[in-house]
Amino acid sequence: MTETLLDIKDLRATIAGKEILTGLTLRINEGEVHAIMGPNGSGKSTLANVLMGHPAYEVTGGEVLFKGQRLQDLAPDERARLGLFLAFQYPVAIPGVTMVNFLRQALNARRGEEVPIREFREQLFSKMDLLKVDQEFARRYVNDGFSGGEKKRAEMLQLAMLEPSLAVLDETDSGLDIDALRTVAEGVNALMHPKMSLLLITHYQRLLNYIQPQFVHVLIGGRIVRSGGPELALELEESGYDELEAAAATA
Amino acid sequence: MTSQAELIREGGYKWGFYDEEEALFKANKGLSHEIVDVISNMKKEPEWMREFRHRSLDTFLEKHDPPWGSPELKSIDFDDIHYYVRTSDESERSWEDVPEYIKDTFDKLGIPEAEKKYLAGVGAQYDSEVVYHNIREDLEKQGVIFLGTDQALKEHEDIFKEYFGTVVPPGDNRYAALNSAVWSGGSFIYVPKGVKVDIPLQAYFRINTKNMGQFERTLIIADEGSQVHYVEGCTAPVYSSDSLHSAVVEIIVKKNARVRYTTIQNWSNNVYNLVTKRAVAYENAVMEWVDGNLGSKLTMKYPSVFLMEPGAHGEILSLAFAGEGQHQDAGGKIVHAAPNTTSTIVSKSISKDGGRGSYRGLLKVYEGCEGVKSTVRCDALLLDEESRSDTYPTMEVDEPDVHIQHEAYVSKLGEDQLFYLMSRGLSEDAAAKMIVNGFVEPIVKELPMEYAVELNRLVELQMEGAIG
Repeated sequence: MTETLLDIKDLRATIAGKEILTGLTLRINEGEVHAIMGPNGSGKSTLANVLMGHPAYEVTGGEVLFKGQRLQDLAPDERARLGLFLAFQYPVAIPGVTMVNFLRQALNARRGEEVPIREFREQLFSKMDLLKVDQEFARRYVNDGFSGGEKKRAEMLQLAMLEPSLAVLDETDSGLDIDALRTVAEGVNALMHPKMSLLLITHYQRLLNYIQPQFVHVLIGGRIVRSGGPELALELEESGYDELEAAAATA
Repeated sequence: MTSQAELIREGGYKWGFYDEEEALFKANKGLSHEIVDVISNMKKEPEWMREFRHRSLDTFLEKHDPPWGSPELKSIDFDDIHYYVRTSDESERSWEDVPEYIKDTFDKLGIPEAEKKYLAGVGAQYDSEVVYHNIREDLEKQGVIFLGTDQALKEHEDIFKEYFGTVVPPGDNRYAALNSAVWSGGSFIYVPKGVKVDIPLQAYFRINTKNMGQFERTLIIADEGSQVHYVEGCTAPVYSSDSLHSAVVEIIVKKNARVRYTTIQNWSNNVYNLVTKRAVAYENAVMEWVDGNLGSKLTMKYPSVFLMEPGAHGEILSLAFAGEGQHQDAGGKIVHAAPNTTSTIVSKSISKDGGRGSYRGLLKVYEGCEGVKSTVRCDALLLDEESRSDTYPTMEVDEPDVHIQHEAYVSKLGEDQLFYLMSRGLSEDAAAKMIVNGFVEPIVKELPMEYAVELNRLVELQMEGAIG
């Protein structure tokens, strides 16, 4: 029997007093791959940030359960240690901090214990191979001077190292050319296992050619207006969001 | 070892312990020509030095604090300071001969151990006098001189007299004049032509006596083609009354020579630290200052390099951490006095709990010095809303054919950076430390490994309880 991993119930959230999420409901079970698609301004990135606990957003209604725990009661680091991961659309640079140092501390935090240096290195190098990341990457400062593609790959490397139960990928396809997109997607697919779930947040359908979701949801005006299977993504690619937006506006 | 809890209770300052005062001689408080005579007599100095001291005292009495100086300077009571405290008769070459209680102090500070492990020579100053000085035998055989400055005056008067006071004359500023009048201790280094001292020489400065003024005087001469790295560390006990540390450092870097001078200043927060540091660099010489300021109540210090001949290069890396009640007024001065000279200033400051970090810099290029290249970069990081950072860069460029870059950034400990690191499982505290360690990395990576580890640790101690 599949376990419910993430249960979002009627979630409302604001930033600077403005309501962005207006009653969003979504359930993700263990091992499932979901995609949320929506036009600009529909609340996609807000959802990602609210799930992770960005302090600029305020949850004003509803609740989010992750592994049975109320996420809004937890700080971002507690959520991460519980197995939630967010691959950022725009990861920030941390100058002076090497990737290797950062990954080591993050992994120690995630595991709740010091990971032996040898084990850490073996794991790091094998994941770097998997994601076709140059080993020199480890000595660079976190996201500092990275190209768009490098940033996304660095996010995937973190995902690979931290082995979350649920990874939220926020517009991971943006800013990637087709080859980079393929590499990143292949990496994600290789990391998937039956206990891990994915939530892909995207504007365009093209990422979904490489990572196949079982469920597709359309987000408009801060809540999900339609859900379906993979065919829904193709339909949206054809018809765009206009019709759904118009329908949502009159609803 | 001090426990973490004790450290936090003491505000993170681990070196605040003190010894009972056992001075052999302690001059009465206050500054006068009589005191100058007392010091000079006790040191059995040549007449020219006694006269130099008296002239310098006159200069001090005439001079005022600079108009841009911190208002804090006004609270220094020059009549409430012991200008000379002697704890031992002479500088020893073996730790066994250093008075037991002083040796204990330096043991606690880890100096004898460091000497064994990774230093080519060590000097240790306790209050006014150098109590220990030693250098590796092979270097001594190559003619390297590393002595306490008083001892050097006795043993090498000719070379001493040739350079002393030539780089920082007593009239340079009020505190240089004060130091010139009552100086005592410090290091003297001479590296002969072509000799490269491959691992650092270190001096450690400790103030123990209450209301003490420490006025060491350091003179380094690197002869043609030579190389040396000198490191100094400083600590003092935590007293409720203030102490004054006012040093003068003069460095002469001759043709093709290279000197690096590294400071890890960690005075307790009751010390006024007013130091004049200056180097002159000749043809193709390289002078580097690496200056870390963590402690003190007020630090005013602007290491300088005068680039005198073509090809000379000056570099200043400065790091300041200003916590509660602290003002770090640091920076650097570079004077391009010859064509095709180059320089870099990188200044980083961190302020927290209402601390204030200032960058004060001067870049001067004389007319006719074509082909000069210089880069100045100042970064300030504020950890909270109460803290403050200011930048006072001055540029005087009298030659058009130069390439000069100046950048200054002030950043607040970013919500987005914290969130990013926390989203990977790091606690808020660990995330803040990581960001700050990253911020200081460009300075830390220039330090020998042992010092890099120490500096990172000091920064982390300063960060205890910084968040939340």
